Amino acid sequence: MPSYSFQLNGETVSVDVAADASLLWVLRDTLGVTGPKYGCGVGVCRACTSHLDGAAFQPCTTRVADCAGHAVTTIEGLADGDTLHPVQQAWIDEDVAQCGYCQPGQIMAAAALLATKPNPTDADIDTLENVCRCGTYVRIRRAIHRAAGAGGNGAAGQEHVVA
Amino acid sequence: MTTPEGITRRRLLVCAAATPPLSVAVHLADAVAVATPAGAQPAGAGAGTAPAGIADIVDFTDALTLAALPTQHLLVVEVTTANRVVVRLPRAEVGQGITTAVAQLAAEELDTRLTDVDVVLEDARPELLFNQLTGGSNTIHALYGPLRQAAAAARARLVTAAARRWGVAAGGLVTRDTSVVAPDGRRATYGELSAAAAAVTIPAVPSTPKDPDDFTVIGRPTSRIDARDIVTGRARYTQDLAVPGALPCVVARPPTLGGTVRTLDDATARAMPGVVAVTRIPTGVAVVAETFDQALAARDALVVGWQPGPAASLSDADVSARLAAGVPGFALPLGSLTVDRTFDFAFVPHAPLEVLNCVAGVRDGRAELWFPSKSPIVAAQRVALALGLPADRVTVHVVRGGGSFGRRLFFDPAIEAARVSQAVGRPVRLLWTRGDDMHHGRLRPASHHKARAVHMLGQVLSYEHRMGSITLDGSHGLGDLLTSVAVDVVGGVGQAMFQLSQHDLYNLGVQSRSLREVDLLFPTGSWRSVFSGQVRTVDEIMVDEVARALGRDPVAFRRDRLRSARTRAVLDRVASAGSWGRTMAPGTAQGVGLHEEYKSVVAFLVELDARDRAHPRVTKAVAAVDVGRAVNPRGLEAQMQGALVDALSVILQAGVHIDAGAVRESSYTDFRYARMRNTPATVEVHVMPPTGEPGGAGELGVPAASAAVANAWARATGTVARRFPIVP
Repeated sequence: MPSYSFQLNGETVSVDVAADASLLWVLRDTLGVTGPKYGCGVGVCRACTSHLDGAAFQPCTTRVADCAGHAVTTIEGLADGDTLHPVQQAWIDEDVAQCGYCQPGQIMAAAALLATKPNPTDADIDTLENVCRCGTYVRIRRAIHRAAGAGGNGAAGQEHVVA
Repeated sequence: MTTPEGITRRRLLVCAAATPPLSVAVHLADAVAVATPAGAQPAGAGAGTAPAGIADIVDFTDALTLAALPTQHLLVVEVTTANRVVVRLPRAEVGQGITTAVAQLAAEELDTRLTDVDVVLEDARPELLFNQLTGGSNTIHALYGPLRQAAAAARARLVTAAARRWGVAAGGLVTRDTSVVAPDGRRATYGELSAAAAAVTIPAVPSTPKDPDDFTVIGRPTSRIDARDIVTGRARYTQDLAVPGALPCVVARPPTLGGTVRTLDDATARAMPGVVAVTRIPTGVAVVAETFDQALAARDALVVGWQPGPAASLSDADVSARLAAGVPGFALPLGSLTVDRTFDFAFVPHAPLEVLNCVAGVRDGRAELWFPSKSPIVAAQRVALALGLPADRVTVHVVRGGGSFGRRLFFDPAIEAARVSQAVGRPVRLLWTRGDDMHHGRLRPASHHKARAVHMLGQVLSYEHRMGSITLDGSHGLGDLLTSVAVDVVGGVGQAMFQLSQHDLYNLGVQSRSLREVDLLFPTGSWRSVFSGQVRTVDEIMVDEVARALGRDPVAFRRDRLRSARTRAVLDRVASAGSWGRTMAPGTAQGVGLHEEYKSVVAFLVELDARDRAHPRVTKAVAAVDVGRAVNPRGLEAQMQGALVDALSVILQAGVHIDAGAVRESSYTDFRYARMRNTPATVEVHVMPPTGEPGGAGELGVPAASAAVANAWARATGTVARRFPIVP
């Protein structure tokens, strides 16, 4: 079986799996990184949304071979140690989560949006496709605006220190 | 941690909830007899007062709470030597926020920091009988008293232990921050006192819960206690658990609902990389492999001949026709004095984002299962039956769930996983794919409604509503639960739930609502708010229609006829906060809807933009909710926000189609549950001041919000919708 190396949450990992193995199952079952969730397997619900070289993508429809040499960040790699990313902090401040299952993907999608649009409009936020079956959208929207106010592109927002 | 010498990690003080000496049995037949016969006025009732329905005497909430009552003393609050307060909660957390609300109840009575409380989902405990079923929006209503009593008892013993230790009067001690504090400043943590407190038999201070006027935690808007775990990806769902050796497993399922395997050629699949086993189970063919990729690939390689399911001759049009034929029409046409309408609702899947799944290990005559279960006791019994094991050899661990909406009252994946594990001799992690969930998930029953109001000289003389619904499956233990409190379920669990859940909100003369179930062998299940989602929507559309026929404003008309001050108060609040009647652009409009159930009332006012009829959007919503007493107003607000999204989804755009006994939709691509772009940027939720003890909240918002959206559509487009979802 071929071996593939990529950066995962800042560390280099190597896996021996089939080239067409889906990154989602490699992350979850081979590497034990369970933050990205299975919700559809076809890139629609976006519960697995993570970052590939900083951009949002869906591991469930990405072959592990296509990640070789690239940087993958999952929800586990978003915070800076114990200091949460501004989007994570905004999610807590707005008490967004209900069942919580889609939220790692929602947070990663929001963080990627803010990286390209530091002050997104409601229309920008409307482009997010992630499904939240509990219907937390109104709080997600507020949390994104809050994170934007805190410098949600990840560069600022350090005033949000978790007690 | 301050742990007494030689005692480590043992939970010491365990206080049980007292059982109120209360037992009530209610027969539906008796309740019917108590209800006023049609046409007669109850004694002392004013003109226009409607006779009370069954649910006005005893409702579904009462039944659930009564069923839990005999075992409430088995609920315990523990105080560990590690200074943790532990509540073992015999309910499922699937997003409704009950773990946070329960932590608040314990923290309030114990004067504990919220962060010192752990709420653990309890394994199936058969001795709890009917007190481990999560449904009917009943958790907080049923546990509010018992849990506070247990926590207050624990506090009294901790105070007594401190008084003895210090040789002071117990009455002079206070509790705060998970400690007992003496007037002279001496302080002992609960952990330090736990061992001594466990030996206290007669507390020196009262064990009664606080007066609500003294509440500081109950009623305070509180964020989820597990928020940080969720946003960091640390929250563990079933498939995230590290159960040693558990292998990925998927099941090939039939193309039609309820189909079965006729022939199987698995030679190719068995030879594929990573495949460990292929085994037939009643619902299909299970593939166990080293990875999910391999299991899914091998599943695709199976050659299966399928026997069509029992509904294979039925498509949407057939279902609608059978339902309509099953509901008798009204006898006398009364011309212009009637408002006479029919409505149809499509099937709706629950589609929780975490698909159905279960981890199961069966070996050496024992079974151990992990999954999000709302009925773990019944699940364990059925697993035992399926495996041929004694019931006490099955352990069910209840895991946090990624949504439910009623779906996880059923435990189909647990039965499947247990069977597969038994057959292959390995623990398995069974996963339904999203396609499995769409094609074989249970469905909110499709329904047909005939409704008629008769009016004369501006007065409504009668209102009748006849619902025809595909039979609701209640085989998850609810029937037995209702039987345990002497509710007659001979007519079916659905019939009993229908009769116990319908409240007359308005004085509309002589009122009746009836249900006819039509058994077309579809897999069904109660869906957030069960029948009320459709029944109340129809009722509220009819109220708008009657108001229109009488030339009345819908809100003013409702005000005149509402039967309770609580419902009038929430209506007034949304009308005022939502600027009812403000001028709106053509093609856009407001709509209102109300609902009463679970001892709670709610009103929604929405604004809808229907200028693009293929893509209508709710642009604003205002809700006012009175649940008696909101334990966590922030969580209550979340439930109303979520209910609104459910409502606008199923009313406007989200349902499934049946083609020859198969569900057409296969993912969120074609099952159009709302995305961000379909939802309003503003949702205002007004939590009303306390009016009593807590009622239910989880399902409460769906019927009122559904009705508000449907009414806004009619006012925006000039066309009353007859079929839901409106966009087919």
